[in-house]
Amino acid sequence: MVLMVSTKADIIARLRRDILPLGGFRSAGHGHDVIDLGPINQAFPDGAFPLGAIHEFISSGIEDTAATSGFILGIISRLAQKGGLTLWISDSRTLFPPALLLFGVQPDNIIFLDLERELDCLWAAEEALKSEGLAAVVCEVQNLSFTASRRLQLAVEGSGITGFIFRKNPRKLTPTASIAQWKITSLPSETAEDMPGVGFPRWQVNLTKVRNGKPGSWQFEFAGKNFRPLPTLRAVPQQLQKKAV
Amino acid sequence: MTKRFVAIWFRYLKTDWYIRRIPGLAKTAFVLSLPDHGRMVVTAINAIAQQRGIYAGMSVADARAIFPALHVLDDKPGHADTILKGLADWCIRYTPCVAVDMPEGLVLDATGCAHLWGGEKNYLQDITMRLQHLGYQVRVSMAGTIGAAWALSRFGEPLAIIEPGGEKDALSPLPAAALRLQAATLERLQKLGLRQVGDFMEMPPSALRRRFGEAMLQRLDQALGTEEEHLQPVVPVEDHQVRLPCMEPILTRAGIEIALQTLLENLCARLKTEGKGLRTAVFKCFRVDGKIMSIDIGTSRATTNVTHLFKLFETKLDTIEPALGIELFLLEASKTDDVSPVQKNIWEKNAGLQNTALFELLDRLGGKFGMHRLHRYLPDEHYWPERSIKPATSLSEQLTTAWKVERPRPQQLLARPEPIQVTAPIPDYPPMLFRYKGKLHTVKKADGPERIEQEWWLQEGQHRDYYTVEDEEGNRYWLFRLGHYDADKTPGWFLHGFFA
Repeated sequence: MVLMVSTKADIIARLRRDILPLGGFRSAGHGHDVIDLGPINQAFPDGAFPLGAIHEFISSGIEDTAATSGFILGIISRLAQKGGLTLWISDSRTLFPPALLLFGVQPDNIIFLDLERELDCLWAAEEALKSEGLAAVVCEVQNLSFTASRRLQLAVEGSGITGFIFRKNPRKLTPTASIAQWKITSLPSETAEDMPGVGFPRWQVNLTKVRNGKPGSWQFEFAGKNFRPLPTLRAVPQQLQKKAV
Repeated sequence: MTKRFVAIWFRYLKTDWYIRRIPGLAKTAFVLSLPDHGRMVVTAINAIAQQRGIYAGMSVADARAIFPALHVLDDKPGHADTILKGLADWCIRYTPCVAVDMPEGLVLDATGCAHLWGGEKNYLQDITMRLQHLGYQVRVSMAGTIGAAWALSRFGEPLAIIEPGGEKDALSPLPAAALRLQAATLERLQKLGLRQVGDFMEMPPSALRRRFGEAMLQRLDQALGTEEEHLQPVVPVEDHQVRLPCMEPILTRAGIEIALQTLLENLCARLKTEGKGLRTAVFKCFRVDGKIMSIDIGTSRATTNVTHLFKLFETKLDTIEPALGIELFLLEASKTDDVSPVQKNIWEKNAGLQNTALFELLDRLGGKFGMHRLHRYLPDEHYWPERSIKPATSLSEQLTTAWKVERPRPQQLLARPEPIQVTAPIPDYPPMLFRYKGKLHTVKKADGPERIEQEWWLQEGQHRDYYTVEDEEGNRYWLFRLGHYDADKTPGWFLHGFFA
């Protein structure tokens, strides 16, 4: 009898695996081979960066926007490795295509949709997330209501595309249905042996909210083509959770 | 297939039009007039005025002398043309090929159309009845040639139908004017006593040509069918057009959707057999009140996928107002392309520019917001940052030059560089401090300068010396100094971008 020999821990582990897809996470282990964020992986309930979900990025100020777009592009470069296209929807775009090469993204593999109204952006994002054939969808908006985020999350659960909602200078941080909420800020770079000049981009990566996971804060460097975690302080999750609220 | 033509003669075209607008005129004698050589000349008359002996071409003063209570309205030059074009559009319901026959008629190419109305007689009756319903008095006839149909409609029995080959017998008792001849030719025929077509139809062509010219022989041949005559349709006939007439006017959205679905299925099935795909399509709805509602879509590549095309139309269906009902739906593929064989295996799930699902998504987005909102950028051979990219002309355009990777470029670029105040050692050092939007930044690390010269053949101006700098908080900026330090002026500093 299988049930008899399986221990309590096994049963719990299996139940967890069953519950995860119901919470919006795709099959476990999906993101392992594609995106390896080192210590951040453990913050997610199944130990891998969730694909086929909505990630929300908050940025205040254009400096943070630049840092956040760098981090997103680092992830997209992995998602689009097989030549997939990314749709970048925005109502106020300042992204400069030639810079994407720095993060391993071919600028001609991104299709930009520049709209005027936020509602149109969200409509387009939902439509894009529903269809198959894109590697990722990025939607730059200022505000995201709970209903809108639910719609987007439901759309990705059907298609399995990873969506990035990039909220620039949000007026109010209301709860949303996205799986994770990130906040990326720049850190001073360092050069080898204190050589003059500006080094690789470094970021403070704050995972302020994650469904069923452990929020935290890490420092990363994007060295050439890979995320490299910096061996610094581990974050205290409780503090950050308070901050996020 | 033997050709069949219908000629429609609007006997009181312009006056009928006025009666439609002002029904009170129906019972009165009235004429339309235009000034000509300093006097008012009657240009159109209604039936009552005609009974009084008034005819087009006489002066208004003469007409008033005959019938003092005559109403005289102002005519507009070119008005008949406008009315006839509108009527020609309306007649599309009977055949796709309708031509305006100035000054007061229409010619329909009814080849292969009449059986849809249950025979030629019913076809003509339907045309007459509906036009009369609209308020136009018409005479309609059908023949194998345009000339014969024209002659019969003006001078023959009402609803005359000539079987193919019967043109000669039908034309011979008609007056010579039935052949659409010039006034001078008619006058000469009259003088010679050749009053009926039959009088000179059998004469040797060489004799006729010598006396009346080539044009007269051509008209005769055209009427008899020995020489072909071409129509100039008001709406160019599309190769790929499907139509769906309705027994009852359609009022509901569900009904319109069913019609669209049926038409798309028919059209796509036809395109498939020809190995073609649809690029642009127009869906037209002919309303009972004579208005035509139309919506159009475009796809970024040739397709015959009905579900996809339906979705494209669906976003625009709201703009169709059925009003009193729609009696004819028409779908035409205004632009088609050959479907490349590559396209057949792209149902496989491969991402990238060959992906059909992606193209369908882009069609939907482009259809809703306009294709000009979708951008894809390719590298351009310029160092000047604003000119280093160019929008791709199509979504599948390939790179012609490689992207330049040797120098870092900022993730966020301001559309217009913003001036900043700096403290910088001269001549070529990065700034130590800079103030942007009121905030002071201390520069901790810096790279540069990277000098980018203005392309003088495109634009006059000074060069830019770019520096990548990092402030005490770790934010990275792209600054530049415009031009050199000179004795008389200090160069401007600008902030152009933000690095990740």
